[in-house]
Amino acid sequence: MDQRLFVKGNEAVAMGALAAGCRYYFGYPITPQSDIPEFTARELPRLGGTFIQAESEIAAINMLLGASACGMRAMTSSSSPGISLKQEGLSYMAGSELPGLVVNICRSGPGLGGIDASQADYFQAVKGGGHGGYRLIVLAPHSVQEMYDLALLAFDLSDRYRIPAMLLGDSVIGQMKEALIPHPRAQVELPPKDWAVRGKQEGAPQRVVKSLYLGDGELEAHNWRLHERYALLEARETRWEGLHTDDAELLVTAFGITARIAKSAVRMAREAGFKVGLLRPVSLFPFPREAFRTVTLVTKKVLCCELNTGQMVEDVRLSVARDAEVYFYGRPPGAGSLPTPEEFAEQIARYCGGAA
Amino acid sequence: MTLDLFIAGFGGQGVLLLGNLLAYAAILEGKNASYFPAYGVEKRGGAATCTVVISDDEVASPVVGRPGCAILLNQASLDKYLPRVRPGGWALVNSSLAEENLPRVAPIEVLALPLTELALDVGDARLVNLVAAGIWARKSQALTLASLESALRKVLPERNHRFIPLNVEALKRGAALIAS
Repeated sequence: MDQRLFVKGNEAVAMGALAAGCRYYFGYPITPQSDIPEFTARELPRLGGTFIQAESEIAAINMLLGASACGMRAMTSSSSPGISLKQEGLSYMAGSELPGLVVNICRSGPGLGGIDASQADYFQAVKGGGHGGYRLIVLAPHSVQEMYDLALLAFDLSDRYRIPAMLLGDSVIGQMKEALIPHPRAQVELPPKDWAVRGKQEGAPQRVVKSLYLGDGELEAHNWRLHERYALLEARETRWEGLHTDDAELLVTAFGITARIAKSAVRMAREAGFKVGLLRPVSLFPFPREAFRTVTLVTKKVLCCELNTGQMVEDVRLSVARDAEVYFYGRPPGAGSLPTPEEFAEQIARYCGGAA
Repeated sequence: MTLDLFIAGFGGQGVLLLGNLLAYAAILEGKNASYFPAYGVEKRGGAATCTVVISDDEVASPVVGRPGCAILLNQASLDKYLPRVRPGGWALVNSSLAEENLPRVAPIEVLALPLTELALDVGDARLVNLVAAGIWARKSQALTLASLESALRKVLPERNHRFIPLNVEALKRGAALIAS
């Protein structure tokens, strides 16, 4: 039998990153993700890697930019207010076409907010939180195992497309413990990092990593190139999980921890006789638009559940078949506002038209 | 089969260790389990809660609104959380520190036992969580004492392994209350 560990989500994401070959961690502590720097501080030196507790979140994201520019697999992690500080660096990484992993174990806001689970950073993550109209690869783990698995996937996708990747978690996924079966990195063929800077080498062509394009037409061409790569991601790399979608009259959709709560709610509703299914986006960018369109060609009612006042629901509305109705149920994050399966089940019953 | 359990008490009673221990033992038995600690701005003496779900299938939600079982170790927890136990469920209440003085809302079974006194009798008030673990394991028939004993080695840091025999004694004392 495979080795089965029992670990926190935060530990799992750090383990996944190390299994992916990440040997550089830069970060600044913040609740509820400090288990990630704690783990990498302990384990990276043993692997010959480097852990740096930076002087600030801004310093950490720029260290990540530097390590990535040298062709190394590297990461940073933080929680919502700290991720806000990293937006400038993320925009520069996106403009410089640099891969890398950023983990956001979201807490509630705005401002300093609180330390409870939140999904209110969805817009910031998927719409380009910094300036300049870029995108990140955004993956949303909903279990401890996925924290590990998606860390591995994020590095591969990020290297392949030269787009920074973000794992969008929350304080429940980060703090809860579940079984984890660790596994080695899959051997996938990735393009060589023939753009990585390597210092002065006589005779070799100069390599430049930059996001500044001043020549006539240069920046437009650069942006079109980025745009085409985002389109390629949308065509090739959407990921989602479907449950009972074949005969569903109502489709529930949710991501991350909310999807776990929704899975229980769907189970309860099925037992009560409601024909309800679940579509869980795993990749938030690229968003699984085609999956939503296909399912809603048949299932005409969609209930989007989030731990915020309505963000992913906008992408759901843009994706569904034209005659599908989209409803929303969410609560702003904060102490005591985590919804329960019973609460979602009530909403399901409401939109399924009362009694089964 | 799926069992869900909500545990509440004050900081220092080992609420989180208890949840971690039960979930770990379930993992060792090849089951699936989630352990979700309430992660707040807590301190010794403040409120401490966690939720454990144990299942033969995939655990869906680690968050539970109305648990099938609750272990309530002090008065504040009893007052706040007993009404959440779903009809047909049961609660283990630490009668050393809590008295049920509100009308019962749902038809549930309440097992009130002087857990702190039992722990003191074994040797230390801080063993209250292990006494509770023994009772819960035997009554729910979800976990064996042997796997709980193995899990102790996993959840306690090495420096505290010298306390394991005393903890095992507390486990057995709790379990014996149900056997008799």
